[in-house]
Amino acid sequence: MEDKKKISRRKLLSGAAATATIALIRTVSGQTIHAAVGAKTEKTPAVSLPGDPTKKPGPGPGVLGKRSLFEHPVKKPSDISSRSPLQDMYGMMTPSDLHFERHHAGVPLIDPAKYELMIHGMVDRPMVFTLNDLRRFPAVSRICFIECSGNFRTGKETMTPQDICGLTSQSEWTGVMLSTLLREVGVHPKASWFLAEGGDAAVMTRSIPLYKGWDDIMIAYGQNGEAIRPEQGYPARLLVPGWEGNVSVKWIRRIEVSDQPFMTREETSKYTEPIKDGKIRQFSFEMDARSIITFPAYPVQLEKGWVEIRGIAWSGRGKIRKVEVSTDAGKNWYPAKLQEPVLDKAHTCFRLLWLWNGDETEILSRAVDETDYVQPSLEQLVAARGQDMGGYHLNPVTAWRIRRDGQVLFKPENWK
Amino acid sequence: MKILLGILMMLVLVVFTGGRGREDGARRILSKDTMGWPASFGFGRTAAAREIEVLDISVRPDGKGLPAGSGTAGAGRGIYLIKCAACHGKTGVEGPFMRLMGAMDDTTKAKTIGNYWPYATTLFDYTRRAMPYGAPGSLSADEVYSLTAYLLYANKIIDSTVVMDARSLPAVVMPAKKYYVPDDRRGGREVK
Repeated sequence: MEDKKKISRRKLLSGAAATATIALIRTVSGQTIHAAVGAKTEKTPAVSLPGDPTKKPGPGPGVLGKRSLFEHPVKKPSDISSRSPLQDMYGMMTPSDLHFERHHAGVPLIDPAKYELMIHGMVDRPMVFTLNDLRRFPAVSRICFIECSGNFRTGKETMTPQDICGLTSQSEWTGVMLSTLLREVGVHPKASWFLAEGGDAAVMTRSIPLYKGWDDIMIAYGQNGEAIRPEQGYPARLLVPGWEGNVSVKWIRRIEVSDQPFMTREETSKYTEPIKDGKIRQFSFEMDARSIITFPAYPVQLEKGWVEIRGIAWSGRGKIRKVEVSTDAGKNWYPAKLQEPVLDKAHTCFRLLWLWNGDETEILSRAVDETDYVQPSLEQLVAARGQDMGGYHLNPVTAWRIRRDGQVLFKPENWK
Repeated sequence: MKILLGILMMLVLVVFTGGRGREDGARRILSKDTMGWPASFGFGRTAAAREIEVLDISVRPDGKGLPAGSGTAGAGRGIYLIKCAACHGKTGVEGPFMRLMGAMDDTTKAKTIGNYWPYATTLFDYTRRAMPYGAPGSLSADEVYSLTAYLLYANKIIDSTVVMDARSLPAVVMPAKKYYVPDDRRGGREVK
């Protein structure tokens, strides 16, 4: 990190130092206020602000918008991934620069003028498409989540929604349907799988059943109204709605149509999970339905009185049918209000109004999807998959403990 | 009459979707979104055989995609110590990254080549495309065959003298393969 004392006001305004969620702002009258409260990160340095904004004109129109000086939502990176700040977001969409990241050899820098997508294998005519070619085909847009199948952490009370469940994000994606391109190259009737390969330094590959390619897979080049961000696959990525994020191969450069899976490293030794009786489950594509309460959640300090419990729910198998919330540690469950639009394979916001009387309690949410799948407890998952179950596709109901003093803490549950 | 018409329309639908639209998407898309589309948009160009060859580095379990060349564990060990040991440890156990060695009878809880990888061809494919981490794509076919042989030997899957090449590698049976089952989660009330 840079030396905080050397950070100029200009730099701060440009967002270069926007890594904090609690900004101590000193006004001209010398008053210090808490400007923003969210996940725990660093503090930004104090800056001087004019006292009364109605007494001096502000800056004029600019070429690029930026966040309020008071707002500092940030992703939380580890060596291999970066998690979305679910607790700092409003509504169903993830701002593109807050979309979670997971990549296997860093973010490549790809020149869009040199970008090409090759489709070959069991096709009538192997073809190469430039980015411009892809953009000339009939375009489609859809809103859906992408979630890493490793999206669950537990273990301590001081965990935020971002820590527990931050490997999911939602965007509006724009691109060309893969089916449009498959139609163009002509697919052999005996073909049943295809390989998707990325143009990053991992040259990452996944095998995907062809039926999904005919159904709703997209080659996306747009995200939330602009070109896809480099971290999300610029200039083009595969988008496989509802399936584990790893198959939505970023920086896609090659598709090979085949009559069998390739058994790549990611689909054998990595994104597979031990289940009961020593078995290892493979090609676990669909993301099971789940939900998480994002407010109130650690590190919020709750005040007695009316509380609107808020969160998001989603399913890889279709729409969310309902979300139930319990405010008494799971004894009673109440249907939450779902915010429209409720979309296929998309984050859906839910809310429940609750009068907190100051007693110690636990609040939980559970999602139900179109297939009648009910988000399970960790106990149910262990019963189904065994004590040695792997860390992928874990979608348990999670609870927040609310203490008498208003402190909200995550309730960690361990199974090993 | 209405009923007859209904049955007829259902029949047409079944024919159009092949009865199970999920499998036969080609026909489904024709019936759905592509009305008025030309047979081909004419965007893109035909890929030349040579450029496919350059880009296609994938290896399948049946050996399709394996290049000419060969290697043994002895040669592989030397390459391993120079190019791999810094990350995976001198014996493939101590890391710091990704423990590689650990045979089926080993007590380690880590997922290793010996106790978790279901196909030997994956080793060749992955090593060639993505390793070493700092210089992916830099190994020759012989080097990758040698490293593959060494990793299989160190995981007690082949003998030290066995030559790995495009014919022998797909024939290697990995101990963990028998544990793999396809995903059977289908939504609905049951938790799986």
